[in-house]
Amino acid sequence: MEKQSKVRMTRSEQIVKWILVILGTGFVFTMLVLPLIYVLATAFRQGIGAFVSAVTDRYALKSIELTVYVTVITLIVNVIFGIFASFLLTKYNFIGKRFISTLIDLPLAISPIIAGLIFLLTFGRSSFLYPYLRQFGVKIVFAVPGIVLATIFVTFPFISRELIPVLNSIGKDEEDAAALMGAGFFKIFREITFPHIKWAFLYGVVLSTARALGEFGAVSVLSGHLRGRTNTMPLHIEVTYQAFDFTGAFAMSSILVAMALIILVVRNVLEYRSKKYQS
Amino acid sequence: MIRFTKKSKNIIPGFGLSLGITLTILSFIVIIPLISLVIFTAKMSLSDFIHVVTRPRVLASLKVSVSTAFVASVINAIFGVLLAWILVRYDFPWKRLLDGLIELPFALPTAVAGIAITHLTVTNGWVGSIFDKIGIKIAYTKVGITVALIFIGIPFIVRTVQPVLETLDKDYENVASVLGASKIQIFFHVILPEILPSIIAGTTMAFARCLGEYGSVVFIAGNTPYETEITPLLIMSELQEYDYTSATAIALVMLVIAFAILFFNAVIQHRTARIVCAR
Repeated sequence: MEKQSKVRMTRSEQIVKWILVILGTGFVFTMLVLPLIYVLATAFRQGIGAFVSAVTDRYALKSIELTVYVTVITLIVNVIFGIFASFLLTKYNFIGKRFISTLIDLPLAISPIIAGLIFLLTFGRSSFLYPYLRQFGVKIVFAVPGIVLATIFVTFPFISRELIPVLNSIGKDEEDAAALMGAGFFKIFREITFPHIKWAFLYGVVLSTARALGEFGAVSVLSGHLRGRTNTMPLHIEVTYQAFDFTGAFAMSSILVAMALIILVVRNVLEYRSKKYQS
Repeated sequence: MIRFTKKSKNIIPGFGLSLGITLTILSFIVIIPLISLVIFTAKMSLSDFIHVVTRPRVLASLKVSVSTAFVASVINAIFGVLLAWILVRYDFPWKRLLDGLIELPFALPTAVAGIAITHLTVTNGWVGSIFDKIGIKIAYTKVGITVALIFIGIPFIVRTVQPVLETLDKDYENVASVLGASKIQIFFHVILPEILPSIIAGTTMAFARCLGEYGSVVFIAGNTPYETEITPLLIMSELQEYDYTSATAIALVMLVIAFAILFFNAVIQHRTARIVCAR
């Protein structure tokens, strides 16, 4: 089909094609590629030395450490939740299924700032839980647990949303058969379900990682911006940028740009693999 | 049927375990925070609520947010369809790379995008200096906010239109062409009606996301009240003054707008699904 259309293209169609291709590529170049080039160029403008000292600054290192810590916990919770929730919603029949599925997707419709706000209301000073939390010395708001909760919230549906369509399309006949032959839950999951969903699962993990590394709005509400204690990488970028330390801000940004590029490559490889697996 | 499903239909073991884990995590991350939002709202009197949300500064911020998100979504709809079209219908060098780059806004942290776009578009920046010559200021104006929102919204429309365009039957176009329709007529009368529901779906998703966007906009907006202050930013500044009541009231207005958009989209998708089925 592709070949046919190529052969039939007249001269005027060729002209239209190239005008559209140039418009599209130009748009992507200015909107997406140029900012990347700018970040890298600015990060290294004052030489490698300035770059290295900016990212090995005490507060910079602390923020990298915190971001990695938050991302790892977020991934653990999201992986457990994503697998159980998508298994629950596709393999069993029960009342309230649609309601649960709506609640899982809810974070997608909510602004990150509002996500931060609802945790502030839940665990902050105005909450009815606050006296109890204080009594036990638990600090959630303006501390690391709050940042973790906010990050889990904004990435919450990412894994289950990838898994549910795949699980729905393969049905549950194989699992039914295995269950009838006496296989237990974990055996069924490990040997029958997981092989079908592994690419979709990894794709969901990649999406969650990307968002967890870069979440800004929700984390910003709950962090309290304590340098060296509750600043994640994006917040560290904000602080250095507002202090007019542009080399510092763009040096830190370039690390996140590199992460984003790796994530894009991995994403494309996974998509290619899953297409090959399906066919 | 529903009452007996658990006993008669769920053969696969592990229902209780899956339900338990899903509900536990769901409660902590989504249900409890939402309930506390409801409780906090219930404590607010209606007159307080109306007083807060009709303040001129709040109305001005809503106007800025809605208008910039709208313009950005329309521009994205046009370029999104163009990009989906060239990626599906044409062959050109570096096409795979262009395709892979589309998802960059999902992978790149919004704060990084924000500072990069700001620096590019200030009056002495790489792009800003060109526009400054023709008298257009981008950074710290509504134009700048719109540019940041365009960046955020790119993948939504491309990725919803692309799959529909891929599965489109070319026979209709060939028939139209044999019957003497011009290329432009074919696009507007044959192709566009088929892809319109996906364009609307993508555009509403982009619009909803743009309304709540904070990270990329906060740096470029300049944040002058009444002029370039978006609603999420206003919520943030209320929170920084510990005025949780005002913040919650404004957040509720945003939530209502977001759900109205999603509902509008669901109605349109439902109607087109009915039209397709009726055919």
